[in-house]
Amino acid sequence: MADITSCGHAGTLESSDVLIHIEPSQDIEINLISSVEELYGDDIKALVLEVLEKMNIKAVKVDINDKGALDYVIKARLQTAILRALEDGDKPDWSLL
Amino acid sequence: MRLRRSMLFVPGSNTSMVCNAFVYKPDTVMFDLEDSVAISEKDSARLMVFHALQHFTYADVETAVRVNPLESPYGLLDLEAVIRAGVDIVRLPKTDTVDDVLDMQNAIEKIEKEIGSKKETKLLAAIESALGVVNAVDIARCSKRLMGIALGAEDFVRDLRTQRTKEGLELSAARSHILLAARAAKINAFDSVFSDVKDKEGFIREVTYIKGLGFDGKSLVNPNQISTLHSIYAPTKQEIEWALEVIEASEHAKKHGLGVISIDGKMVDAPIIARAKSVIELAKASGVMGDDEDE
Repeated sequence: MADITSCGHAGTLESSDVLIHIEPSQDIEINLISSVEELYGDDIKALVLEVLEKMNIKAVKVDINDKGALDYVIKARLQTAILRALEDGDKPDWSLL
Repeated sequence: MRLRRSMLFVPGSNTSMVCNAFVYKPDTVMFDLEDSVAISEKDSARLMVFHALQHFTYADVETAVRVNPLESPYGLLDLEAVIRAGVDIVRLPKTDTVDDVLDMQNAIEKIEKEIGSKKETKLLAAIESALGVVNAVDIARCSKRLMGIALGAEDFVRDLRTQRTKEGLELSAARSHILLAARAAKINAFDSVFSDVKDKEGFIREVTYIKGLGFDGKSLVNPNQISTLHSIYAPTKQEIEWALEVIEASEHAKKHGLGVISIDGKMVDAPIIARAKSVIELAKASGVMGDDEDE
């Protein structure tokens, strides 16, 4: 299991992008702000859980401010935020991404 | 016939462009991880491009990625990402020597072997210095993975201690040399970007000029330039009619055992027939002629 012990963020508030901030937590907590929350809120949260599970992260707080990002953009931003928090960007395990 | 007229540069850090570039239908989408990406965003751009390359929206378009130099802290990480994601072409930044290409080729082969990839990633070398131009003939022939060489004019003119002009005289020697090197090696030749996106007349002049020289295509910085470039590269109605006439006459001559033929008093020999055939191929590939219109 990868422990999130510091904060990380990635993304922007530009259209088609998403701003993601993560910080240490006791369990998994997802806070979502999205213009398409009513339609895709559950899908976005499921995607976040899928990324966390694959990266073996059992506890983290994830704040998401979505500006209509595609699924792969959300995935890329979340993974970047996590790798930054883990200070692992220079040796990522590609099989987990 | 694979067309490579338009190679659209897309900064890997520009999410909107990464997500939408395919819509404009360039022949090749060139994601950039090098100069257009700030140092602080190298990691995020790399992951964005890693996922974009695997997305279905890029399944039917040729993809290329300009990676950072191998000697930088980012080059190898970029390669790890894009080879795993199945990119078609890796564009080398500033290529000065044969060793630059071979080093990149070795690094790619190592990654492909590690992941058990059967795909042979192609290489495109950007020539951006006087040394690169002088070595272009050797560079163009040094690797079977090399699908083309491209002029990177901004760095090149700086190396020449001059500046770019709309007339392009400062690039004439480099363009000719790069084109000859590419043709001798039977690979593609690409011209540099035309960065003044507001100057449509200047863009048309430059594209007409480089097409006349023989370049396969051009790097582009703005999607609005794509349709203009494609229309300049498409054969005209007159060119198509001429090509059809040449092919018909040559087939007639062949059938009746005739030797050299002439059309409108001009001799038609093998190079002319080959050119006519390539006009028809380009017309079909450009969509200005149906597949069965020459039957």
